[in-house]
Amino acid sequence: MDDILLLQTIERYIHNKMDAEERAFFEQHRKNVPEVDQLVVEHTMFLNQIEDFSANKNLKRTLNEVHSKLLSESVINEGVVSSSNAKVIFFWNKYKKVTAIAAVVGGAIAFMISGLVAYFAPQNQQYLSQLGAKVELQERKITALNNEIKTSKIPENVVIKSGGSAFLIDGNGYLVTNAHVVEDATFAVISNNDGKEFKAKVAFKDINRDLAILKIEDEDYSPIKNLPYSFRKNNLDLGEEVYTLGYPNFPRNEVVYNIGYLSGETGYNGDSLSCQIQMNANHGNSGGPVLNKNGEVIGVLSTKQLKADGVTFAIKSKNIYKVVDEIKKKDQDVRIKINNTNSLKGDNRVHQIKNVKDYVYMVKAYTK
Amino acid sequence: MKAELSEQILLKGLAENDSKIIEIIYKNNFASIQSFILNNNGSYDDARDIFQESMIALYEKAQTDSFVLTCKINTYIYSICRRLWLKRLQQIGKYSNQLDNLEETISVEDDLDIHYKRDADFKIMEHALSSLGEPCRSLLEGFYIKKMDMQQLSELFGYTNSDNAKTQKYKCLMRLKKLFFAQYNIGE
Repeated sequence: MDDILLLQTIERYIHNKMDAEERAFFEQHRKNVPEVDQLVVEHTMFLNQIEDFSANKNLKRTLNEVHSKLLSESVINEGVVSSSNAKVIFFWNKYKKVTAIAAVVGGAIAFMISGLVAYFAPQNQQYLSQLGAKVELQERKITALNNEIKTSKIPENVVIKSGGSAFLIDGNGYLVTNAHVVEDATFAVISNNDGKEFKAKVAFKDINRDLAILKIEDEDYSPIKNLPYSFRKNNLDLGEEVYTLGYPNFPRNEVVYNIGYLSGETGYNGDSLSCQIQMNANHGNSGGPVLNKNGEVIGVLSTKQLKADGVTFAIKSKNIYKVVDEIKKKDQDVRIKINNTNSLKGDNRVHQIKNVKDYVYMVKAYTK
Repeated sequence: MKAELSEQILLKGLAENDSKIIEIIYKNNFASIQSFILNNNGSYDDARDIFQESMIALYEKAQTDSFVLTCKINTYIYSICRRLWLKRLQQIGKYSNQLDNLEETISVEDDLDIHYKRDADFKIMEHALSSLGEPCRSLLEGFYIKKMDMQQLSELFGYTNSDNAKTQKYKCLMRLKKLFFAQYNIGE
């Protein structure tokens, strides 16, 4: 306690908050007691260090925000289409004829091959298992669940069809998850690690991309201004370490962290919508975010290969942009703005998770 | 004269962490640094990292009282980035003598030495903070980085009054100081 008092006094001295008399007294005290003198010097230096450290942190934050802002306004770019336009045109002019011949030949061969493939190909589904929670819950009436969660927002007498994870893409209440997580349900109740529940509806579903957008429709939900993570639009780096948060213990409300690395740029059988990740995922992880060390979302976790250990696939995050574009095309009134500011870069993992986990939800989908 | 004046305004804005000004400097310089890094074995992420580090070095320079920039901002940033990238290439063993050098550069070795020293100090602080544990870490970060006042902090963390929060903050600060100096003095 005395130490604290001394420290407080020293801080008042350093920050010039003493009146003249007290100051004179303290300076005399400094002269007489070398330990106190040393402490003043040491503490001044230490406070400067903290001050510099905070300034550095805040500057880094501003830099990242500016970077994301300029990226989203296309003032700067990182290898997405626009910069390579000139090259494309150049090559097009040069190889126009060759391309035309190649296209004809290629087209013919493609038809033949696709015919053959369609004829002989095994069904993917046999080897891939969707990570959505195909729970025995299907038959369980909701009354049973009500005993578990007393304040559940799930209406009575509905059947929970399926579930998994989802995460916010727009602080105004839009989430992304897998289409197979919601199956053919039209409504869902989502809950986060703290057990907070919100009602949501399935706003859009793209079965080909296996993505669905949920919209929170609940007056208890207050919009979040800035989500901590941004979304990666350009290509991925093989070997990059990635991590995910999700609810593999469905229907238990406990967010679980998992790490792995990007092991392939394409998904199962060369599927270019997704990428391959070495990670042990479970049912219920479906729909969770896959983030890299900078806190950028690179994908949405979706399926795993059944006959190989730890081979998991994620839908690349640029597909989220495409799905959102489709929604906007269909309905002009929808305003979804995918978050593009990132406040996680440079933070250590524990801290990143702490910031992200509030925005990852468990989904329980049902039909009325 | 006018150009010099606006450069001064930009540097002042940078020193104050003014996002509008930082945006202007970013717009004026990022693309050329990016193409420099990309043309010399770098990736988009490298370009971003190196450019932001050069902005931090410029910020640190702009903060000192005796600060005078003897060249244009873009020359300074380019010189820093070039040096930083050379060093990075050496570290990963990809060093090539034929690093493009299309623009004029100035000597920035002294500034970079200061920058590296500060960076090392920050790493020690970061490490000390993360080994502090919760709620100490968040309490100190709230106070020193997010600049929240004791009233807000005591509400956020659920202390009964701001005096208790303050005592806790001092206790945490003393622990942080111990951790920091233990590492810092080894480094000396």
